[in-house]
Amino acid sequence: MELVLVVLIGILYATGIFLILRRSMVKLLLGIALLGNGTNILIFLLGNIVKGSPPIIGENVNILREIYADPVPQALILTAIVISFGLTAFAIVLLHRVYAFLDSDDLDDLNTPDEDI
Amino acid sequence: MSSIILKTAVRYLLPILLLFSIFLLLRGHHLPGGGFVGGLVASIAFVLHSFAHGTENTLKLLKYNPIRFIAMGLLLAACSMFIPILWGYPPMTALWVDRMIPVVGSIGTALFFDIGVYIVVVGAVLNILFTISLHSH
Amino acid sequence: MLFTVLLGFIVAILPAFLRKVVKTRWLVLLAIVPSLIFIYYLFQLPAIASGSVLKQSTDWVPSLGVNLSLRLDGLSLLFTLLISGIGIGIFVYAYEYLKKHRYIDRFFTYLLLFMSAMLGLVLSDNLLLLFIFWELTSLSSFFLIGFNNESEGSRKSALISFTTTGMGGFFLLAAFVLIGDIAGTYNLSELIDQGNIYYEHPYYPLIIAFFLLGAFTKSAQFPFHFWLPGAMKAPTPVSAYLHSATMVKAGIFLIARFTPILGGQTMWTAPLLIVGGFTMLYAVVNSLYRTDLKSILAYSTISALGVLTFLLGVGTKTGFIAAIAFIIAHALYKASLFLVTGIIDLKLGTRDISVLGGLGKTIPIVAFSAVLAALSSAGLPGSFGFISKDLIYEATLGSTIFQPESTGHYLLIGLAVLTNIGLVIAGFLAGIRPFTGTPSTKIKLPSKIYINYKLWVPPFILATISFVLGMLPHLPSHKIVDPAVTSIHNSITSADLALWHGWSVVLALSLVTLAAGSALYFMIKPSHDKEQYFAKWQVASPQNIFAGITDVFKTMSMSITNFMHNGFLRSYTFKIILFAEILFVYLLWQDGPIYIDYSQLSSISIYEVITIIILCGALLLLLLSKSRLTAVVATSVVGYTICLIFVFYSAPDLAMTQFSIDTLTVVLFVFVLFKLPPFLSFKNLKTRVRDSIIAIGFGVIISLITLKVMQQPFSSEIKDFYANYAYTLAKGKNVVNVILVDFRGMDTMFEIVVLSIAGLGVYSLLKLRLKSSEKE
Repeated sequence: MELVLVVLIGILYATGIFLILRRSMVKLLLGIALLGNGTNILIFLLGNIVKGSPPIIGENVNILREIYADPVPQALILTAIVISFGLTAFAIVLLHRVYAFLDSDDLDDLNTPDEDI
Repeated sequence: MSSIILKTAVRYLLPILLLFSIFLLLRGHHLPGGGFVGGLVASIAFVLHSFAHGTENTLKLLKYNPIRFIAMGLLLAACSMFIPILWGYPPMTALWVDRMIPVVGSIGTALFFDIGVYIVVVGAVLNILFTISLHSH
Repeated sequence: MLFTVLLGFIVAILPAFLRKVVKTRWLVLLAIVPSLIFIYYLFQLPAIASGSVLKQSTDWVPSLGVNLSLRLDGLSLLFTLLISGIGIGIFVYAYEYLKKHRYIDRFFTYLLLFMSAMLGLVLSDNLLLLFIFWELTSLSSFFLIGFNNESEGSRKSALISFTTTGMGGFFLLAAFVLIGDIAGTYNLSELIDQGNIYYEHPYYPLIIAFFLLGAFTKSAQFPFHFWLPGAMKAPTPVSAYLHSATMVKAGIFLIARFTPILGGQTMWTAPLLIVGGFTMLYAVVNSLYRTDLKSILAYSTISALGVLTFLLGVGTKTGFIAAIAFIIAHALYKASLFLVTGIIDLKLGTRDISVLGGLGKTIPIVAFSAVLAALSSAGLPGSFGFISKDLIYEATLGSTIFQPESTGHYLLIGLAVLTNIGLVIAGFLAGIRPFTGTPSTKIKLPSKIYINYKLWVPPFILATISFVLGMLPHLPSHKIVDPAVTSIHNSITSADLALWHGWSVVLALSLVTLAAGSALYFMIKPSHDKEQYFAKWQVASPQNIFAGITDVFKTMSMSITNFMHNGFLRSYTFKIILFAEILFVYLLWQDGPIYIDYSQLSSISIYEVITIIILCGALLLLLLSKSRLTAVVATSVVGYTICLIFVFYSAPDLAMTQFSIDTLTVVLFVFVLFKLPPFLSFKNLKTRVRDSIIAIGFGVIISLITLKVMQQPFSSEIKDFYANYAYTLAKGKNVVNVILVDFRGMDTMFEIVVLSIAGLGVYSLLKLRLKSSEKE
């Protein structure tokens, strides 16, 4: 399964990069979201993935023993997911503003540094 | 986006979802859940309400502007961070009340921190969504 | 001593901050600063004259060998007196000259900054400290030259002088580092005590080359002289202060200061003689056909600096005495000539000597100072200029670099005589021509011009001092010249300056110079035609060559910028990604092959296969769809499938969060979607193929890196820490949540702050902007 996830990360990154290189701002945004997802899985994978044993301490024990999923990448990813929502929201609003101002979705139209956007 | 069915459903869904979000928040320390998820579920509840009744009505229901939630949440989290100083511990030390309290479970500064996170998430998400929805129409 | 340096820096801040409070007319009080410093150093005269050297040191960056150590010896004292003494006059004059200027407060800030930097420069006892002050003088003079920043010429000149002197500064720093490294100390006093320990060192030629490049750029020696005439765009008090009396002499000061450390070798004196000799003649010839008063003065200043370099190159004791005397004489008469020019410019609005004339009757007091200064510059017996001119000839005659009565020796003498004749003419042109004869019909002279005493007194005093010192040469001889020469020559000196040396070759040369200069003065009539004729020859001048080199650099950087920074976002992204790919491929290739430990891998189930297939299908849909809604839905499907992967691999918290966030993201998109534009599609197959290759390449590289990381031995230390202490220390059983709210609570705190900022950002971006701008 790890190998499948490795390939999946590659696909997510490739798609993300391809979208970022488009001229459309909406595609740019979606591309960034995909890159974020790919990175999340990357971090997840690096913590050694384990099936069916979440990092939760059982009823009558005080310490996690045996095999369990690594909690550290999970905490990292959880943070990343929430932050990426903030980022997406902000980017969408920026996009919205730019569109309202320029009446265009074309990134090339942004190539007017003197204008007050 | 408002249909009778949705409105009726939301009438029941809103309290249930809010209860569920608080449930997630409180159990977060021992089982999957926590301030982030709880806050997000609560936000979804209010977003559903705004779908059914319109954003203005949801804002009325909330009584306070979501921006205030952000401020309140940040304040609560920051307070719970610094309260241990009063007892002479470094900031962010988790302090717990020894007795278990029914329903809530054990009470400690980490719980208040999580509640702060919950409120900030609700405030920020609703603020973003409602601002956008109000200005899109 | 340190106080005198810091005083100016501290006071320099005041005018800038108190401009609302302080009335402009109070600015004249700033002249108190140089006065105090001048008086302080006057009181040091007896001690220094008796041969002692004052030192003061405060730790600054001891670990780097940089200390605030100051050293006051004869040479420093001479310069501090010049800087502060002429400074008093300049401050008073500048106030009157610029009092109607909008930014006069700013001007005084720069001027104070410059004065303090200059004082620090001549007092430094540490090479690196000296360098810092050296650069500070360049910097403050940049602001002073570009003071009239509305004028393009002014800005350009400021830039040229700054780049030229700044470039020299780099060379100087290199020389200092070499010197300090070889000697093992950056302390100037220690270096002077060591003497020249470098002359056998293989780096000696390199040190001298770097050092002299630094000194020559600052002192406007050929071929770096061109910035000085350009710097005349500065207000006239600045030209008088920086570009005749003080800053340009910093290079001379430096050469003199390092003579005991680096000098005494042909490798040292030869470049000084050649460059100084060439500069003095070249510049004086250049000054003779100019019509702009300030241009004439600028070129004659360059020539005078050439003379000084030449004298230091002569390298005998008489040479040093002559140099010191000429520094004093030149500072006095050139500053007053500049100040007079400033008065003419201010009152008549022109500096063109082909139209000026007959001002002697209109402004007699100014004319008097000008004539005195011109006579001192010509070396009329009785002026200090005469004494210094005598010494110049004496030094040239006594130079030891060529055999006496050889061709080379006569060549040097001829060079000195020609230059001095030229300087006589230039002095007369600037100091006498505007005041005699009849004015051209092109300008209308008012019959009476009122001149404030603040304008005419400073040049008057400076010119008078020239004659007082000339009549009573024993006054400066023992107190100022002797100690200064001692600190260059490292031996007890008695210069014995005197008005009358008896009949000699030197006197004959002086008189010939004066006579020839006066005669030629009446023959030379500068006119615009002549100036334009000579201007044709300027094509091959160093300035144009430097300008050409800068142009090449400009074009080059322009083309690079246009290629790299073309304003297209995707072009930037493309370049960055391509570069990253090349870098990663190189590193991966360096790192060797990848091994996969198949025994460690977990098995794959049918649910997972289905999930992955859905995910890939969603991605394909995203790439191919032409509708925004489909694309957004496809993205959220990707999110949900990832959520499923989290569920499979024991991350319930992540799964829940990802699920809620995806839902909310869809809502977000739906809210704004109909406000967003439809997809653009630019059907350019070539770019698509190119981008696909880049994108797939990046994906492959990321996969390879992931494999590479996975083959690293996994350390479970951190993981075990949290597993062991989550409940025992933090009383929580959900380890992920415990990390978030307890162990790494500070990070979570910042995270919610970031989220709040995003929320507020959205709010302000939409609500506040709409209110203000879109109503219009």
